[in-house]
Amino acid sequence: MVNKQTKTMAKVKPGWDGFSLKPKREMPEGLWIACPSCQNMLYKKSVEENLDICPECSHHFRIDGRKRIRQLADDGSFEEMGAELVSSDPLGFSAAGKNYAERIRSFSEKGQNEAILVGKAFIRGRGVMLSVMDFSFLGGSMGMVVGEKFCLAVEKAIEESLPLVVVSASGGARMHEGVVSLGQMAKTSAALARFDESRGLFISVLTDPTTGGVTASFAMLGDIIIAEPRALIGFAGPRTIYETIKIELPEGFQRSEFLLEHGFIDMIVHRRDLRSEIGRLIDYCGK
Amino acid sequence: MANGTMKNNGLQYLPFENRIAQIDRKITDLREQAGITDNNASRIRLLQQDLTAELKRLYSNLTPWQVVQVSRHPQRPLFRDYLNLMIKDYRELHGDRCFGDDPAIVTAFGQIGREKVLIIGQEKGRDIKEKIACNFGCPNPEGYRKALAKMKLAEKFGLPVVTFIDTPGAYPGIGAEERGQAQAIAVNLREMSRLRVPIICIVIGEGGSGGALGIGVGDRMAILQYAYYSVISPEGCAGILWHDGTQADKAAQALCLTAPELKELGIVDTIIPEALGGAHRNLHDTVYNVEQYITRTLRDLKRMKIENLLENRYKKILAIGGSDQKVIKSRIEKPKIPKRLSVEAQLRDIEKIPIEKESTAGTPTRDND
Repeated sequence: MVNKQTKTMAKVKPGWDGFSLKPKREMPEGLWIACPSCQNMLYKKSVEENLDICPECSHHFRIDGRKRIRQLADDGSFEEMGAELVSSDPLGFSAAGKNYAERIRSFSEKGQNEAILVGKAFIRGRGVMLSVMDFSFLGGSMGMVVGEKFCLAVEKAIEESLPLVVVSASGGARMHEGVVSLGQMAKTSAALARFDESRGLFISVLTDPTTGGVTASFAMLGDIIIAEPRALIGFAGPRTIYETIKIELPEGFQRSEFLLEHGFIDMIVHRRDLRSEIGRLIDYCGK
Repeated sequence: MANGTMKNNGLQYLPFENRIAQIDRKITDLREQAGITDNNASRIRLLQQDLTAELKRLYSNLTPWQVVQVSRHPQRPLFRDYLNLMIKDYRELHGDRCFGDDPAIVTAFGQIGREKVLIIGQEKGRDIKEKIACNFGCPNPEGYRKALAKMKLAEKFGLPVVTFIDTPGAYPGIGAEERGQAQAIAVNLREMSRLRVPIICIVIGEGGSGGALGIGVGDRMAILQYAYYSVISPEGCAGILWHDGTQADKAAQALCLTAPELKELGIVDTIIPEALGGAHRNLHDTVYNVEQYITRTLRDLKRMKIENLLENRYKKILAIGGSDQKVIKSRIEKPKIPKRLSVEAQLRDIEKIPIEKESTAGTPTRDND
């Protein structure tokens, strides 16, 4: 039963309202879940204990921002910054009877305030400026608040000469903020130029999925770029490409392994090794 | 767009320009008659007045979707037109020194006014052969890398950079992904934010998303009156919102992509006026306006110390979506214009304007032919 459900969800969802950028519900309620990769039935708790990785096939489930921080940072070391920032809805976007400002409000009622969380943290005892994107908030899309918080993190990192670690998971720029969200690509890149000049270390971690405006700005500007296994990483989404060129896309196209082969990322790191790998890289770069 | 366009006298008309097409056709009909009599000459003059009035009425009140259509007009001046008309003796530079040469991005040394500059522009191609070569104006990564390589050259020799933006977006293809479209754009954004020469960016047609931004970071940002600049094409937005690309007019409305709205948002600094009825109706006027803007702005920018210039550029980029972001609040109260789009309304307008006298007087002469 559950198996069947996930199968249909992997394709185009019939009941999709077209507005929602919510991720595929890979973790339905209940005790048992099906792995979208190997189709095995897994006990939910055992998956969670295993850093949300399928114990059978090492499929990395998508995780939200808070969980990512719990897994990556040393226990209780995360000090959040800029949590109070909320989008001002610069365009007054409302279409198809749905209002962007209301959607933002409904998220903040649930306690999620934006698609990125930034703050100081420790990873294996090394102080870092940690910035984590949250795909469950409007598809992790980059709007004005994401840009602003990112720049806040970069500024703080320059000030305190900390390495910057950014975990990306995003569908791209946020359509509802129009060209203002496009400007965030320039904004984050410009901030990173300053960071680069101050000789800061920027480790960019790409997780499933990282596409669009986020890939085409800060995510690809890391001094060191790490990806999780089999994460979707690209500029245009696979569906857009398919619709443009009408050719069946090759197997494994735009996955981490594909990017490694083409020379755009430094390494693919399993989620359970992420902490130690980041720690070691920070040590090598003398930060 | 193709099914709505009509041809007359070499000029193509957009679907909402029926009335203009009619007047234009009458004028050409009268002109074609052998031996212009006084009667004909005065009639042409009257018709031309009428045409001007109609163009003014229509173009002062375009809906966002109509603006998008004008910006994609098949006869709209392309980058090569500006290059040829504005710069006498330009020297085109090719190749990214890495993979290839992308015809969708053209880089050239040239002189505008008295100023030697590096000029970079996105080219869509005029005829079908050119269009295919240029990927319909969708650059590949090598195009962005070429632009950056030439910008570094300009930096070395202290030449200001002027970029012309006209693209539906960066090309979404397998090859483009393999060669790192995202990385190429990202590096351009970072490097343009700290390039040690003045940069002026001008949107001359379509400013499509990251593809436009890839050569669109600078000290000054200008946009032509009927150009647009958006995070996603109206069709793409409509596809996401309603699963229906034909509702693009509504999406264009929601996206705030026209020049005045962008200025209000603080994204662009200047709106460069176009000729009445769009740049394609009078190429030379539009090119002149653009040239004037560039010389004026370069003069200002050249006066600044490079450190101040870079600091200002950085602040300008960081102000986008910052705490003092201007918000378009008048958006909801704005009068809804799309009523005019309906065929009935257009027909009603045609009857209202007192041109009947002219048209009835004009028909017998046509019979004589």
